[in-house]
Amino acid sequence: MRKCLAILIGLAVAFGATLGAIQPAWATHDIVLGLQCDRTGATQTVGVHLCPGYHDYIALVNSKGGVEGHKIKAIEIDHEYKVPQGMEAYERHKKEGAVLISLYGTPHTQALTAKLTEDRIPGTSPGFGTAAAADGAKYPYVFPIAATYWSQMTAAVKFAKDQLGGSLKGKKVAYLFFDNPAGREPLPIIEDLAGIEGFTLQTFAVPPPGVEMGAQTLDISQRFRADFVITHLFGRSPSVSIKELKRVGYPLRKVVGLVWGASEADIEAAGGFGAAEGYNAIQFAGVGSDYPVLNEIREMYKKQGKEPPKEMASTVFYNRGVLIAAVHVEAVRNALKARPDGKITGVDVKAGFEKIKGFTLGGLVPPLEITATDHEGGGWVQIFQAKGGKFVKATEWFKAYPEVLAKHIKAAK
Amino acid sequence: MIHRESGILKTTYEADMALYPLPIARWTVAAIAAFMFLVLPLSVHEYWLSIVNIVSIATVGALGLNILVGYTGQISIGHGAFMSVGAYTAANFAVRLGFPFWLSLPLGGLMAAAVGAVVGIPSLRIKGLYLAIATLAGQLIIEWTINHVTFISGGVQASIEVPRPELFGYKIASQRQMYFFLLIFVVLALVATLNLVRSRIGRAFIAIRDHDIAAEIIGINIFRYKLLAFAISSFYAGVTGVLYTYYLGIANYEQYQITTSIDYLAMIIIGGLGSVLGSVFGAIFVTLLPILIRFAMEAFGGLLFSEAAVRNIIPNLRLILFGMLIIFFLVVEPEGLNRLWRNIRSYFRVWPFAY
Repeated sequence: MRKCLAILIGLAVAFGATLGAIQPAWATHDIVLGLQCDRTGATQTVGVHLCPGYHDYIALVNSKGGVEGHKIKAIEIDHEYKVPQGMEAYERHKKEGAVLISLYGTPHTQALTAKLTEDRIPGTSPGFGTAAAADGAKYPYVFPIAATYWSQMTAAVKFAKDQLGGSLKGKKVAYLFFDNPAGREPLPIIEDLAGIEGFTLQTFAVPPPGVEMGAQTLDISQRFRADFVITHLFGRSPSVSIKELKRVGYPLRKVVGLVWGASEADIEAAGGFGAAEGYNAIQFAGVGSDYPVLNEIREMYKKQGKEPPKEMASTVFYNRGVLIAAVHVEAVRNALKARPDGKITGVDVKAGFEKIKGFTLGGLVPPLEITATDHEGGGWVQIFQAKGGKFVKATEWFKAYPEVLAKHIKAAK
Repeated sequence: MIHRESGILKTTYEADMALYPLPIARWTVAAIAAFMFLVLPLSVHEYWLSIVNIVSIATVGALGLNILVGYTGQISIGHGAFMSVGAYTAANFAVRLGFPFWLSLPLGGLMAAAVGAVVGIPSLRIKGLYLAIATLAGQLIIEWTINHVTFISGGVQASIEVPRPELFGYKIASQRQMYFFLLIFVVLALVATLNLVRSRIGRAFIAIRDHDIAAEIIGINIFRYKLLAFAISSFYAGVTGVLYTYYLGIANYEQYQITTSIDYLAMIIIGGLGSVLGSVFGAIFVTLLPILIRFAMEAFGGLLFSEAAVRNIIPNLRLILFGMLIIFFLVVEPEGLNRLWRNIRSYFRVWPFAY
């Protein structure tokens, strides 16, 4: 009994000490950015590489004296890919005075959309979230800042068209997707494009958890005999799709995966680059380690006498983290230029986002042009192909079928 | 609370049946109510209220599950799915027909109750682990249905944005307003459960839990009461789902998956099966502990690890610590936090004459 009491008192004291130890961020006059991460939940393979990339870029900016003389402080909170925890993380960031929130996860983005608008804090949802949020007039405080699933789908169809000799008329395209809301989101787009381009579309749903798709892949290659396959899978399932398509003898150079089935980790889980030779992947950030900004990060670590972090080897997700941080810093820079006293709010950062133009970070970032009405920044993607042990650029930055996208964005409620 | 019964004489049946027979207990409840309704919301930052808010919602759900698992002895792994039924029902009524929350909330609860009663039918024939698997099937079927029937889910995104609740033209949007909104439902749920478990229905539930054949022999209609337990428990779950929906502004089935059901089972097992206070303790423990561990890690993690390592270690260590603390508390007191609290109470009741 006494022991229990002692434990309880100990816990209470520890809690009190913790509360006392938390320093409010505004005391240091930094610009605070809120970073939501998932390093432990359903999509942890993304978070463990993406979030270090974000922090490294912020550290690089700070090591050069910050933005317009202000240091940046990124507060990371892991929400385990759970929505109530995401809400709690948001409130924490708001309390710490964050001027912008890096959201993570489609349901979280949707749940926080109303809050962001009410509190007038911009949030970014690169590569996930609602595609209709590209419309800045309807969603003033949500910024996809990278190609949405809809834009990725138009790009995938354009890529298929180019690969199949410039016309899709009479061809057969299979869409293999994870059977969840995010997986189904591009369906209206590809159905529309099937009508426009005159190809036969067949969809193949993979039920969660998505590690079993032998029947679907066999169907694609033997019965439907697809001319091209577009996949949209998450977590473990992209690697399974590569393995299974290879097993049934389908040529991987006729397969293109949307952005969450496109990392080195997926290729390795599928048996390495040798096994996945030819597989195409859509990217919204540059892939590989030959970018000036990555060299600068490596130099920064060298100066501190440290090895560059091992997360840098996973260039797909790491570079995305760098891209997100870089776009955030640009938005903050624009906001600070407009208000040099440094007392910027979410409204200023929103305006800062809407001024981003021609910022490419040596090719790692697409030629974004974010405006008050286009929060997606154009919807640029690049396609990389697994070739000779690494991802090789297969196309330059491009976008496709803007009129189809515009129609759907307008029709979205 | 910690108090002694000596000198309190009960002269009427009403006094004997009162929820809180002792004056000091009544005063304690009044003090807690005053603290929750006045002191806390007016004195702390909104962020702390946002934590209390997710605890509040979890409390309602845990109370409901405890009625089924703790009081009636029927295990269910479908609690998360029943929440999604309530969430989507309310969201559809609120968006399509423009119902205010005080209509869509009970409707969400009732729909969940109806679905819960259907999922509970196997409980008439099977028990224990077998029933757990049957309710698991219910969870998966409900998830699949919501995911694929666009009439329910409102489109391929399977998420419905709901407007903020309004009362007499007053919009409930900020965390502080939400706090009062949710607190009212927590109080309603607590009072309803406290009274339910000492009513004829509650005693029938307990009889079924302790020995269902004996209960049937003394005249309890097992068929009716088992399904009633499922319905009532699911009603609470449905209301929880509606509260989540209004709190987050969105109905999304991805947050009501099987892990949610397991989380709620963990709450009532840690808090204490078959006790109202235990449900509250469990909800607080499971919701609050990860946040507290994070604060502790942020404060002290820097002493042990480098900054970049802390960022990677915090979330993982948090899960490990969370798991270890669950084991610790269950080993110290297998009957849950409620039993721990009662031990402390009875220790002080006879203090300093412990033996």
